[in-house]
Amino acid sequence: MYTASDLRKGLRLKIDNEPYVIIEFNFVKPGKGQALYRTKLKNMVTGAQFERTFRSVDTFEPADLREKKMQYLYKEEDKYCFMDNETYEQVYLTEDQVGDAKNFMTDNIEVEILLFEDKPIGLSLPNFVELVVTEAEPWAKGDTVSGTTKPVKVETGYTIQVPTFITEGEKIRIDTRTGEYLTRVKG
Amino acid sequence: MDYHFYLARKSQALRVRARLTQSLRAYFISHDFLEVETPLRIPSPAPEEHIEAFPADGWFLQTSPELCMKRLLAAGYQRLFQICKCFRKAERGRLHLPEFTMLEWYVAGFDYQKLMDQCEDLIRFAAQALGLQNLKTSGRDIALAPGWQRMTVAEAFAKYAPVSVEEALAQNRFDELLVGYVEPRLGVEKPTFLHDYPASLAALARIKDGDPSVCERFELYIGGLEIVNGFSELTDAAEQRNRFGEALKKRAGKRWASYDMPEKFLQSLDALAPCAGAALGVDRLAMLCVSADKIDDVVAFTPEDL
Repeated sequence: MYTASDLRKGLRLKIDNEPYVIIEFNFVKPGKGQALYRTKLKNMVTGAQFERTFRSVDTFEPADLREKKMQYLYKEEDKYCFMDNETYEQVYLTEDQVGDAKNFMTDNIEVEILLFEDKPIGLSLPNFVELVVTEAEPWAKGDTVSGTTKPVKVETGYTIQVPTFITEGEKIRIDTRTGEYLTRVKG
Repeated sequence: MDYHFYLARKSQALRVRARLTQSLRAYFISHDFLEVETPLRIPSPAPEEHIEAFPADGWFLQTSPELCMKRLLAAGYQRLFQICKCFRKAERGRLHLPEFTMLEWYVAGFDYQKLMDQCEDLIRFAAQALGLQNLKTSGRDIALAPGWQRMTVAEAFAKYAPVSVEEALAQNRFDELLVGYVEPRLGVEKPTFLHDYPASLAALARIKDGDPSVCERFELYIGGLEIVNGFSELTDAAEQRNRFGEALKKRAGKRWASYDMPEKFLQSLDALAPCAGAALGVDRLAMLCVSADKIDDVVAFTPEDL
């Protein structure tokens, strides 16, 4: 159980049986008046945000959240299937729950599945992934005038800006937090 | 974090803060006030419903120097001031530090109206000593020229809040609406005194002559920041004892620390002649002098830096 003085940015709470994360937090108090805790909360399942002010007498349930390493198996219609390599249990996430992560997920990649009361609600990727370039305009040798980057498509179908020397079939490293190109992977 | 760089970057704010404290002190010395130092560790703080003290080896760290200073006034001292640290548990935010600097002063024979005049005089004097005609917050200038605004709490709720002050109190939403709707609008162009607080929020203030629904208490707001709290002091020991008793009951309901009734203070009240006193948040006034947007910027160390 949390009390109001435990509230801070990043804390995860259970409100009306749903998990929320505090994305903004401010303590306010008239000198002789009561302490008020103004928060902006984000629903970790739906992404919906709202503002709410709490008082020092309010108490909160922590959200029962944990992460578990699982392997991405395949996509079936609008569902993504993952498998726990220890128990061989399979879980599914929706398109919305996977979000932008789909741009960086190749078959069999290991991800952290976020579980709320043992139900999967989202995932987090490794910070860096290596993907093969599947479509790229050929590099015209000596072409240094037409800009320093060009768009290429990688094996997940994601389009990314890379330096002009990158060619089809090469592997590149991408930062999944920013979605940006980092470096060419040799070999 | 690179603390040397971080602390060095504060040097301008710390210089201004030091000069501010010096000029506040100079004002009181030139107006014939006696500077006093009263103990920071005391056996029983004034019981207040919403202010919690830190325990300190069986006693408590003061939340305000009020009780000791009023005992001095009751003994016949006429004009007193003190710049000291006050401690309030679980108060930390953009405008709050659990350990902060308070300027507290008392004047025998004054009421809250006269004290508001003096506040104006004091702050203008201190700002001028720093070469400031205006104070600044959120990129806005607040002019200190004479003619500061005075507004009753009832007027301010009627003007800015969704419900009247009576309804706000009945719904137990006074503080929430004050903070959410009223405070941000106060002292925006020039400083504003919010005065005549509901009698239920009187704390240690006298009830207003001719209107028992309010008390002679004011708060000065500059740029939406609460800077000074002051009142005509309550000198009726029986009434003060009742109010403390009520506060102690409410505190017990919240399982807050139980204080002993401050008996020596209550005994001294019988000898206390009419007077008024105020407390000014020095850190917040310093914020307005350097247009800082958080209290962290005007102290060398926050608790998190230690």
